[in-house]
Formats: sequence, C-alpha cells, structure tokens
Amino acid sequence: MNRLGDLERAVMEVLWQRSEPMTVREVGRALHERDLAHTTVMTVLDRLAKKGVVDRAREGRAWRYRPAASRESYVSELMFDALGQTGDRDAALAAFVRSMSEDEAEALRRALGEIDEPRT
Amino acid sequence: MVSAALLAAIAVGCFVAAARLRRASWPYRGPYVAVIAWQALGLAWGISTIGALLAFGLSVYGQGVFGGLLALIGDASAHGFYLTGAAKSPFAPVQVAAILVALGLTLVLFCGLTASFVQVVRTRRRHHDLLELVGRDDPGVPGARILDHPAAAAYCLPGVLRSEVVISAGALKVLDERELAAVIAHEHAHLRQRHDLVLLPFSSLKRAFPRVRIMEGYYRTVALLIEMCADDQARRERSPKELATALMRFGANNAHTPIGALAATSEQTEVLARVKRLLTPVRALTRAQSAAVLCGAALLMAVTVLLWHVPV
Repeated sequence: MNRLGDLERAVMEVLWQRSEPMTVREVGRALHERDLAHTTVMTVLDRLAKKGVVDRAREGRAWRYRPAASRESYVSELMFDALGQTGDRDAALAAFVRSMSEDEAEALRRALGEIDEPRT
Repeated sequence: MVSAALLAAIAVGCFVAAARLRRASWPYRGPYVAVIAWQALGLAWGISTIGALLAFGLSVYGQGVFGGLLALIGDASAHGFYLTGAAKSPFAPVQVAAILVALGLTLVLFCGLTASFVQVVRTRRRHHDLLELVGRDDPGVPGARILDHPAAAAYCLPGVLRSEVVISAGALKVLDERELAAVIAHEHAHLRQRHDLVLLPFSSLKRAFPRVRIMEGYYRTVALLIEMCADDQARRERSPKELATALMRFGANNAHTPIGALAATSEQTEVLARVKRLLTPVRALTRAQSAAVLCGAALLMAVTVLLWHVPV
C-alpha cells in the first residue's frame, strides 16, 4: 500500500477513536510518533474531505474534522454493494455469490449436507 | 425497401434466437462461446433495428443506409431542412418518423451505455476509497483484502490500475483453506479477463430499458455464463469440488430476502446450476460445435453490416 493511503488510514483511525471533531493540529499531535509536518496532515485531511469520508466545519480560525460515518457503516456499505442489494450497481462488482432467497439457501444446505456427510 | 425488410427480419430473428439461446442447454457446455453468441445477437439486434428504420426512411434516396444518411444531410443543409427527397415520396411523414425513431433509439442506447459506464466508474471509485480505509491485509490470505463483516462475501473490484479481490471475515470463517484458494482463483479470473467489461453492455441495455422485463432476463443469463467462465478458469488450478462446496457454504450462510421484486423463480437456480455443473461435469462443446457457433455469430454480424450498404 502506498504511503498516502497508509496515512489516510491512520488519520481515519484517530478520528474514529475520538468522539469530537478535531483540528489539524490535534490530529497531528495524536499521530506524533509519525512526526508529520502540519501541511502533510492538512493535505491528508483535505483529501479525505474531498472523498466525502470526513466532514469539516469552521470553528474560529481553524477547521474541525470528523468522520462522515462510522467505520461499521462504511463496512456495511461495501458489503451492500458487494452482495448486489443496492439496485443497479451490478456491473460495478462481481460477487462470488449474490444474496439469495431462503429457498435457494435451503436447497444448497441440503446439497452440502450430502457432500459433507455422505449417506452410507 | 428490400434491405429494410431484410434488416427488420434480422431484428426479429435476433429476438427469436435470444429466446431460444436462453432456454438452450449447450451454453453451460461452452460458456465462452455462448457469451460471444450473446454479444453478437445484442449487437446485431441494435444495428439491424436502427438499420431497418433508416433503410425504410431513407429509401427515397435509393443509396442504402450509409449513402442515404449522407444524402439526407446534404439535402437538409442545401434546402434549409426542407427535404426535397422526402417530398417526392407518397408516405413521407411515416418515413421521416422512422428516421426520427432510429435517431432516438441510437441516442437512448448511446446514453444508456455512457450513463452505465459513468455510474460504474463512480461506484468503483467510492468503493475503492472506502476499501482503502476499512479493508485490511492478512498475511494468511495473499492476494486479497479482508473486510471485517460477519456475512460471507467474496467479490472483485475491477479497475485498470487498481483491481482487488475482497473477502469478508464471515467468508473466511465458513471456508477451509482450499475452498478459499478456489474462490480467490475464481475472482482473479474475473479480473484477469475483464469480465466486467463483457457484462457492461448488457447492464446498460437493462438501464436503457428499465421497464422491459426481458432485458433483465438477458442480463442475468449472461451474468451466469460469465460466472461459469470464471468457474472454469478456477477449475484449472483448483479442484471443482472445492469450488462447489465453497459455493454451497456461501449460499447456506448467506440467505437474505432480496430487496425489491428480484426473487423471481429464474434466479433461484443460478447457484445450484453452477454447483451441479461443477460436481457432475458436462461434456464441453467439441471444437467443431464451437466453431459453428462462432461462424454463425460472425456471419450474422457481416450480413447485418453489409445490409447497411445495400442500395435497394
């Protein structure tokens, strides 16, 4: 993974851990072991804001950033996409198995039972 | 007029052939060949339908579709949109209407394809951005990103520069090591052969005609064939039984009631069809049979395009 992607992840982790919006300086301080330049943190937050994964609001002279949604909701969004439950997004992703009806799942369970424990 | 009639016959013939192809059993024996047959039918249908309308509308110029289009443009620009050619014809209004319908259909198809493409690119970019943030790597699962979610899912995210295979934590839990390898091989086959591009025209047809049930049916049929292509690729590296049990474990652990009215009877057998095909191998199409289908597809395309140039 590239360095920028790695930084974006680290910054998101920090934002997800804190419950309140943070300034660039606060994010930089939380990642002090990485020894990042102020402008680097600002660039990363700016990129994340452009991607729509963080929201920002001006407070006094500084911007405050917070995640647009929780980690869990992003994971769910990806899974929703993947299982083809989001309407006409089919061509974007090809799931190994789409979500299916209970009937079909039952038929598969029966077939699997026959293979896993062959009847004597 | 002869070319218009022949093109119309081809357009109707494509529908008949598509209906038969959907019910035929041989596509499971040669999914690659069948996908090509579907593409040829789809393309020939579009070209012949538009061609038939234009050939009828432009018959007054007597130069075929291509020549007629040029003559029409020349005529319209020379006489300030007063069509001297059409004015001579007894059913001019119908012919002008046919030309307009043809142009409209072209526009709808073109816009459908473009809109589909834009939507797909946008969805993938968003998906990729999020995946970068919440996906993780696992040294035990090389070649795939892991998504921490209890439901079982495995999919690929195609892209020119950054394509990825994604496996959910739920899937890791239900699959054993060899089944997992088979699933990853299947997904890599999708990425390697850019199956997403093969499917794109069919999904955009579906988008262009959202109310037309049959388009959804075509789309699903081709999608299933493409899955079978990837199954066949994975089968070269892994045993078919591993892939089949992986499919079944996914299904058994992943029942959802699909949103909307998607729970039609046709799709209920899709995964089962793949499982059955893996466990009881069907005889692949012989070389001669494949060649016959491919020649048929090539002939259909050649005749359709040729008819655009026939002046009568």
